[in-house]
Amino acid sequence: MVKALFKVAWYDSIINMTHWTLSGPRRPQTSTQPIVDFSHPSFLMITTSQIPSSEITPKHIYLSRRKFLRGAGLAASAAALAACGVPAATPPPDPTPTAVSSGEVAPPQTGATTDELGDPLTPYDAVTNYNNYYEFTTDKEGVARLAKDFPTSPWQIEVGGLVNKPGVYDLDDLAKFPQEERIYRLRCVEAWSMVIPWIGFPLAELLKKVEPTSKAKYVRFQAIYDPEKLPGQKTRWYNWPYVEGLRLDEAMHPLTILATGLYGEPMPPQNGAPVRLVVPWKYGFKSIKAVVKIDLVEEQPVSLWMAAAPNEYGFYANVNPDVPHPRWSQRTERRIGELKRRRTLPFNGYAEQVAHLYEGMDLKVYF
Amino acid sequence: MFRFTRFQLAVHAAALAPLVALIWDIALGNLSVNPIQDITFRTGKAAMVLLVAALAVTPLNTVFGFRQGLRVRRALGLYAFFYAAIHLFVYVVVDYGLDFYLIWLELAEKRYVLVGFAAFLVLLLLALTSTRGWQRRLGKTWKKLHRWIYVAAVLVMLHYAWVQKSDIRQPLAFSALLILLLILRIPRIRRTITRLRSRRASKTEDKGPAFSKI
Repeated sequence: MVKALFKVAWYDSIINMTHWTLSGPRRPQTSTQPIVDFSHPSFLMITTSQIPSSEITPKHIYLSRRKFLRGAGLAASAAALAACGVPAATPPPDPTPTAVSSGEVAPPQTGATTDELGDPLTPYDAVTNYNNYYEFTTDKEGVARLAKDFPTSPWQIEVGGLVNKPGVYDLDDLAKFPQEERIYRLRCVEAWSMVIPWIGFPLAELLKKVEPTSKAKYVRFQAIYDPEKLPGQKTRWYNWPYVEGLRLDEAMHPLTILATGLYGEPMPPQNGAPVRLVVPWKYGFKSIKAVVKIDLVEEQPVSLWMAAAPNEYGFYANVNPDVPHPRWSQRTERRIGELKRRRTLPFNGYAEQVAHLYEGMDLKVYF
Repeated sequence: MFRFTRFQLAVHAAALAPLVALIWDIALGNLSVNPIQDITFRTGKAAMVLLVAALAVTPLNTVFGFRQGLRVRRALGLYAFFYAAIHLFVYVVVDYGLDFYLIWLELAEKRYVLVGFAAFLVLLLLALTSTRGWQRRLGKTWKKLHRWIYVAAVLVMLHYAWVQKSDIRQPLAFSALLILLLILRIPRIRRTITRLRSRRASKTEDKGPAFSKI
């Protein structure tokens, strides 16, 4: 009897996971971004600034288009469910496009549904419902619900420290930076990973504006502290607010972005709205969410995780399969949606672009 | 052949509930987008809770005279082993896809894996020798052998605490419970409690109807 149950559980899990992989909710890729040319070596750094504004579709147009695509996606997954003998809970929404009126230019599409290594984007639902955001809760699936009403506007980022032109930037100011799409792998230190199409702009653009002085060596980031709105901050277990840091050259690297959205839409609160850091070659915890303060400093900042467990989390936290962690395998990772583990790549697959930053450093010491 | 009391039935149902809930959630797709980790966590938790429950049986009898529990002690221990076996199976077969080189590295590198595996080996040995036949064959050694359950429980607590990212409140709570249960087994303390209980029982009997006659 026990044996039989066990068999059923195992069998079910396999069926379920395969099924999930095949027909999981995949949000169709829509964005206002240009086609990424994979044959070009600088495909990662393509910007949209060259696109005439006339070619950028008004937001409500592409939103309605998204609605259509989402409907189509739902219909597809409903069909897949039906094929498996599971009745669909709701009928698919009317897949008629409503607002693509004549004369409007269709939004330029990335055409990209994969990262540059050919791995598919992680479905939108997974990206927005599986979040490590301890300011809300340590339950990854609970963040989206708790963050739903988190007010992200108005918002200000104070940029200061060792700079010539300190300033306060609100959301309109940030929107003035040329926004572009970046498809990045996100490797969590907990050994799971995703591929996420972020929208944002290079942090370097902002830093150039404030003009770091010659004394500035590091950048210190601080996230919002407001226990009334972020219930997880009521626990004293962590030393809030969340703080992260980068060396100035890391911060100025063209791969480092301040992200304001994902999947072509404004950043959902559970993913760090309205603006968060994304440093794709480092473990996810370096990519601090809901940033309110950026300071140029002389001394290496102490991040929240460094303070919490200095033997586990270093300042650099570069993705490195050769530096073991006491809990999670850093040699391998599970890409969300996949059954098999995959090998973790040095610098999360961005070694070519960033390894030179660490030349001559023993990365086992500076982990 | 088998005649279960209501209490026994309830215990079996409760012990199987985590498995039923897990199968239910797998079948309905209620797990997170990281389902293998969910299954690992849930089976591990079930194993730990059932192990603590098995270790609570004797102290519950000592302190409250709850004798019915003694009849489910073996079953609770076996259920704990059962969930631990699924837990390890999922880790080795589903999560690591039988990549024994990788698993070996994990075992050598990560203390939580090491103590977890050691705890499993103890539970395996105890489960294999849990039958009446082995009890007879081993005689007095059997009791000594099965005292290793205390070692397994301590290893499980370390395993649980070391696998936490930072917040170890739950492992501390379970460890505190385990320590209490183990203290109540120390022969001197156990005898004192039994003496106090029997004295109180006789007193209440003098006064009137006993409230707990078993």
